[in-house]
Amino acid sequence: MPGDQPSRRTFTLGVAAAATALAVPATTALAQDQTQAWELAVRKIVGEAKPSEGKFALELPEIAENGNTVPFTVSVESPMTEKDHVKAIHIIATANPQPGVATSRLTPLSGKAAVSSRMRLARTQDVIGIAELSDGRFLMAKRPVKVTIGGCGG
Amino acid sequence: MTKPRIKLPESAKVGEVIEIKTLISHPMETGFRTGPDGALIPRDIIHRFTCTYNGEEIFSADLFPAITANPFITFTTVATESGELALSWTDDKGQTQTETAKITVE
Repeated sequence: MPGDQPSRRTFTLGVAAAATALAVPATTALAQDQTQAWELAVRKIVGEAKPSEGKFALELPEIAENGNTVPFTVSVESPMTEKDHVKAIHIIATANPQPGVATSRLTPLSGKAAVSSRMRLARTQDVIGIAELSDGRFLMAKRPVKVTIGGCGG
Repeated sequence: MTKPRIKLPESAKVGEVIEIKTLISHPMETGFRTGPDGALIPRDIIHRFTCTYNGEEIFSADLFPAITANPFITFTTVATESGELALSWTDDKGQTQTETAKITVE
C-alpha cells in the first residue's frame, strides 16, 4: 500500500531524532564544565570551520614553575600580503577559569605574524593557539604546559 | 596606570620589519580572587590595547584576565615612513593611557 510508506518513514525519523536528542545531554553531562568552556571558546572563533595544523609555532615553556607568569610567543608563517595574511591570533588556556587569554588583530602592515606576551595558567593544561587567515581558513596549534604553582590566586 | 615603557628602533630602512616591545604597570586583577573578607575582588584589567602608525591602526589586542599583571606585549610592523606610533591601553575603569614614540625611516 502506498499510503504506508510516509507514515513508516515519519516513524523512523522520529525514533532517530529521539535517539539524538537523548544522546546529546548524556555526552555533555559527562564532560566537565571547564572542558565545555574552552570548547565553546574555540567554537565561537572557528564556527563550523575545521582548523588545520602546521606553519604555526606556539612557543611556551614545557614546565612553568610559576603559573603567574608564563611567557609565550606565537608565530605563523605567512607572506602577510593584502591577499594572504593572518587576520587574528587567538590564545586559549583550556583549564583556566576563563579560557580566553588574548586575541591579537594583525594587518598586512604587521610584516610578520608574531606576537609575544605573558600569561597566567591556573594548573597543568593544554594551551591552544588559533590563527585566523584572510581567506577564511583557520590554523590551530596545541601545546601542553606543566605548571608547578598555579597562577590564579586564592 | 603609570608611564608605560616602549622599546623600538630609533630608525629603520623602508620596508624593514621592526619589533615593538611594550610594558605597562597594571595589577590586572582577574576578578576570580577573594580578598581578606572572603568577598570577590572586582575585576580590573586592561582589556584593550591598540597601536596606530601615523594614524592608521596596525595592531590591536583584546586581553583577558589570563594576561599577567604588568602586561608585556611584543608585536611587529613594517617601517613605511617616518612618523609617530601611538600606543594606548584601556582598562575596566575606563582609564586610557596613550603614549607615543617616534621613528625615522630612510
